[in-house]
Amino acid sequence: MSNLETSIATTGHEAPATKGGSVAGYIDDRLASSNFTKRLLDKVFPDHWSFMLGEIALYSFIILLLSGTYLTLWFNPSMTEVIYNGSYTPLKGIKMSEAYSSTLHISFDVRGGLLMRQIHHWAALFFVAAVSVHLLRVFFTGAFRKPREINWVIGTLLLVLAILEGFAGYSLPDDLLSGTGLRIAEGIVQAIPLLGTYVAMFLFGGEFPGTDFIPRLYSIHILLIPGILLGLVTVHLIMVFYQKHTQFPGPGRTESNVVGFRLFPIYMAKAGGFFFVVFGITTLIAALVTINPVWLYGPYTPSQVTAGSQPDWYIGWLDGAVRLTPNWETNILGHTISWNLLIPALVIPGIMFTALGLYPWIEAWATGDKREHHLLDRPRNVPTRTGLGVMSLVFYMILVISGGNDIIAVAFNLSINQITWTLRILLFVLPPLSFVLTKRACLGLQRRDNDKLLHGYETGQILRLPSGEFLEIHEPITDAEKAVILAKQDFAPLALESGEDANGVRNPKAAKSAARARLSAWFYSDTIPVPTDEELQHAAEHAAHELHEAQAQAKQIEGSSH
Amino acid sequence: MNELEHHSGDPYGAKDGKDLVSGITVFPMEEHVMRRADIDPKAATRAERQVATMFTLAILSVFAFVVSYVKIPNTKMIDVPILGAANANHVAIGLFFGLAILLIGVGAIHWAKKLMPDVEVIQERHALTSNDTEREAVASSFQRGKAESGFAERKLIRRTLLGAMALFPIPLIVMLRDLGPMPGTRLRETIWDKGIHLVTDVTYNKIKASDIPIGGLVNAVPENLLKIEEEDGNLNERGKASIILVRMDPAEIVSQQGEAWDYQGILAFSKICTHVGCPISLYQQRTHHLLCPCHQSTFDLSNSGNVVFGPAARRMPQLAITVDSEGYLIAQSGFKEPIGPSFWERG
Repeated sequence: MSNLETSIATTGHEAPATKGGSVAGYIDDRLASSNFTKRLLDKVFPDHWSFMLGEIALYSFIILLLSGTYLTLWFNPSMTEVIYNGSYTPLKGIKMSEAYSSTLHISFDVRGGLLMRQIHHWAALFFVAAVSVHLLRVFFTGAFRKPREINWVIGTLLLVLAILEGFAGYSLPDDLLSGTGLRIAEGIVQAIPLLGTYVAMFLFGGEFPGTDFIPRLYSIHILLIPGILLGLVTVHLIMVFYQKHTQFPGPGRTESNVVGFRLFPIYMAKAGGFFFVVFGITTLIAALVTINPVWLYGPYTPSQVTAGSQPDWYIGWLDGAVRLTPNWETNILGHTISWNLLIPALVIPGIMFTALGLYPWIEAWATGDKREHHLLDRPRNVPTRTGLGVMSLVFYMILVISGGNDIIAVAFNLSINQITWTLRILLFVLPPLSFVLTKRACLGLQRRDNDKLLHGYETGQILRLPSGEFLEIHEPITDAEKAVILAKQDFAPLALESGEDANGVRNPKAAKSAARARLSAWFYSDTIPVPTDEELQHAAEHAAHELHEAQAQAKQIEGSSH
Repeated sequence: MNELEHHSGDPYGAKDGKDLVSGITVFPMEEHVMRRADIDPKAATRAERQVATMFTLAILSVFAFVVSYVKIPNTKMIDVPILGAANANHVAIGLFFGLAILLIGVGAIHWAKKLMPDVEVIQERHALTSNDTEREAVASSFQRGKAESGFAERKLIRRTLLGAMALFPIPLIVMLRDLGPMPGTRLRETIWDKGIHLVTDVTYNKIKASDIPIGGLVNAVPENLLKIEEEDGNLNERGKASIILVRMDPAEIVSQQGEAWDYQGILAFSKICTHVGCPISLYQQRTHHLLCPCHQSTFDLSNSGNVVFGPAARRMPQLAITVDSEGYLIAQSGFKEPIGPSFWERG
């Protein structure tokens, strides 16, 4: 090696000792990335099973990108009619679109094609499910609070897009079931006041079904929505990373630290391994459990339908809402307003997703809480929020069940009319009821927590005193348990701004303040205070005393019996 | 203001046992409990072997996958217990591919849990707010740029720019115009017309009135449908012109949408639901009810096709029919009202 080469190779830095070091050096020479990389490798994430829900969503999304790319190699998004001549004999010689025929080709003539189709479909079902359950976790633990409101909104957008993307993919094979779904979607679009028929004509290139829609939907499904999803997922993750993950209360956990394990090597192995677990399980399910057997449904034709038509689960609530809404329609001045479609398909989803997206600000307005939160709430400690969450979930579940009212009718041999009416009533009765019950249950749990703090837990050891009295021995709970229970914070409702100031001038903000104070009082109604340090100390002394007394008595009994 | 500036000394960023930010009581971390592999080298070796076994099985699964892919014919069917008949190639490659992936994951997690350190680490959060000086610096940079641009003072520039920016997306929207035709009267018209024969759906045979028994149901389309579909290259007309024929005892007909629109108790109704357009197929002979499988709208065909239950707001349009000289069913005219779901202009 000449002197010149040596001097170039070592410019500025010592030659690294390891291979990894030389790679890092090569990159750092170009990006000055060492500082970032170190922080990345050392970054600590807290550990909890519920933090894996978002991971499942992310991994399902990656599986969807991989399997979807594979499918595009064979799928032909065309509505041109062809005569099927593949190896699935029951449909041989039947007229169908190229989209459907290429789906059959993937399913029967491409080795591994059916596997990839089923991986793609199962992963889509898991994706929306994981996003939804992840959302519930974030909601019930208050992880959406400041400073994470923006990420909550991104998450809400991701959910909406995931549902749309799922529906688009479900519609592409152009089988009888998916075509029926599109027909329903087109009927709903037609119901939009003023613009409905125009939007429908433009979307479908004329009347339904036309020949333009599948190719158009294809580019939306494989490019537009996944592109937006990918961008939003990236921002979502960067924000989680930058703001650091929230953690559950426990010993050593505070608002200003993160307790857990480092990214490298623990989460590299655990989270990286978990991707393979999710992928592996999805693949095994796809190998063994048939999903969306389009060959059984036949090609789409607008004059046929299968009884018991069901959409994928995440569309079920919309379908259920459409089924439950009574047949309201208004005709004024030669124009038709189809309330029977506008309410379930546009108004209800609009309200639901707007309320969902805005919830962090609604709650902050009610609580007046402007502080940062990195310690998660236990759901019981915020009864009103938990009640609202369960209420919304019950509302949603009734809609999902309504989407299967015909299946219920057939399975239990009941009248479809009675089921529909029952569900209509339950939709308004059960959610408020579940709010009240959930809130009561939360308050009950809080009281039990306070009991545990003040009186310890019941050991199950019963002592009979000479006087005949029975006594159960209570033992104090562990510090770990105390740390969890004592993480609850007391809040007071916002005070009402006075209607007049000191000089008797009317305060213009008073009305708004009164509304806010009422909301705040409602949000914090029935608060159960955390025991104060004095109460805890007093209780500890009392418990020690009681235990001592009991032990003394026990000794006495032992002594006298000998 | 930085809420999270730490007092040095306390490992939890707390003071006097209280969290600085929230004021909650801070308890010290629990003592770390050693795992067997931490103390016993044998246990550690065992764990190492378990992990390596999983990775080895993953490798073997890939080989098994390749062999299955090549050797098992794609036409062979096997019986999978519980799940029923399945394509052998599909099941085999799916299982081996799935195992190859899953075992990597399980192995990696097992490795992390048994052999990598499980002592929890405390890391401080950094403040998510900049300090006041930095915030003021941003504000002053913005003010400087605003002043330099003259955006506030030069009203003419500002207003014309806003106007131009507001209008420039218009071409993008206008260019969507050719996505489809204007609605026109399309949604009101079908290819049914006076004298057109009713033919059976799928087989396209003319229908003799005498061939339909009482209680019978026939799916039908206009005889010119096939030719029009070939010319248009789409299924649009089928989506509007499909009808169902039912025959009932004329005495059971309570009302019709027009006088003598039936032929000896044979009634023709649109097949397209007036709710969102599903083709209706469930007919109950005894009650003459027609039920939509999509959203359960129910129509009474013996009573003008009126809605008796469900979300549909409009009755099912009836097609007036009669017979030609040879006794084949024909339309008396086209539909008198638009078929299918409602729309704004329908009235």
